[in-house]
Amino acid sequence: MAAEPRDWPLELHRILRAEDVRQMCFVPDAGHSRLIKLCQADPEMATHVLTTEEEGIAIAAGAWLGGQRSVVLMQSSGVGNCINMLSLPVIGRFPLLMMVTMRGEWAEFNPWQMPMGRATEATLNAIGVATVRAETADDLVEITASSAKMAYGADQQIAVIISQRLLGAKKW
Amino acid sequence: MVNLSFTLDRRDVVARLLRDRGEALVVTGLGSPSYDVNAAGDHKGNFYLWGAMGAAALVGMGLAKAQPERTVLAITGDGEALMGLGGLATIAVAKPANLVVIVLDNGHFGETGMQQSHTGFGLDLAAVGKAVGFAETGVVTDDAGVEALAAALHARATGPRLYVVRVRAENVARSLPPRDAVWGKNRLRAHLGFGVS
Repeated sequence: MAAEPRDWPLELHRILRAEDVRQMCFVPDAGHSRLIKLCQADPEMATHVLTTEEEGIAIAAGAWLGGQRSVVLMQSSGVGNCINMLSLPVIGRFPLLMMVTMRGEWAEFNPWQMPMGRATEATLNAIGVATVRAETADDLVEITASSAKMAYGADQQIAVIISQRLLGAKKW
Repeated sequence: MVNLSFTLDRRDVVARLLRDRGEALVVTGLGSPSYDVNAAGDHKGNFYLWGAMGAAALVGMGLAKAQPERTVLAITGDGEALMGLGGLATIAVAKPANLVVIVLDNGHFGETGMQQSHTGFGLDLAAVGKAVGFAETGVVTDDAGVEALAAALHARATGPRLYVVRVRAENVARSLPPRDAVWGKNRLRAHLGFGVS
């Protein structure tokens, strides 16, 4: 008998709650849809829908100035929108936890996703954001817990990269 | 008809708005607004941006949501506000009632050689704020308007507010605030009672 697939969005939400994350910013992605719903249903977490991903980087810095932890959810294509804004958390050593769902890799159907998919980790690393890649649900849960500790406890800027293989290729 | 009278003195405007700042926290947009706020008197409740163009109002939003009992002023320029135009929509949806965005609008990119900006070509940022859903918006063009705005800053509002203050396009003597963002971050957090990690 096959094991039940791990309910990783539920576990990610539990980790964020345990870390006292109080603001969640997002540009939607299908891979994030369940985590977004869990956060929106959480009365302890303010959720902010963005028009473009870099807004979330600025909001996260403001939240930290005011004593609150936050997280920013986006798809890999949104990483490209964030680059200059990441100057703020990098130079100010603001804790930053980004959760990035990948497109443009494993079984990708849309060629337009490929360039930014290839550039996602390279650009984050170039501006000074560390990336940690999860290939399985087990990995993802452990990596998120570890990355949250490093972000909020050690003032790090970290993007958790959620592979497209883990999410499943988009169905067309 | 858009009033394109850019006549107020930016330093005088900022000094008057911050004269009775009380418990207010202030985030400044890069360039002249950072200099203007520093010239009005450095304060532990200030955080100065020296980059991340487009961030000022959004940093203010995150701070305002985290500190709902304090008035948060995001003081920026027309160029910086224009780069974060979508952010105004995000702020309007998030509805931080304690956030006031103040745009010192001279119709130009003052830091880079005084090139005419969109507002100089007639774009009305207060109308943009109103259209996206700010609770209150206004354009201030004279001394009486500045005094009225200063008096209204600490009033309870039903949502975020955005005021455009039309100032002269001129480069006044720079008043440089500290550029170390780690120091600025820790100073503001200490002011609010949070420790250094």
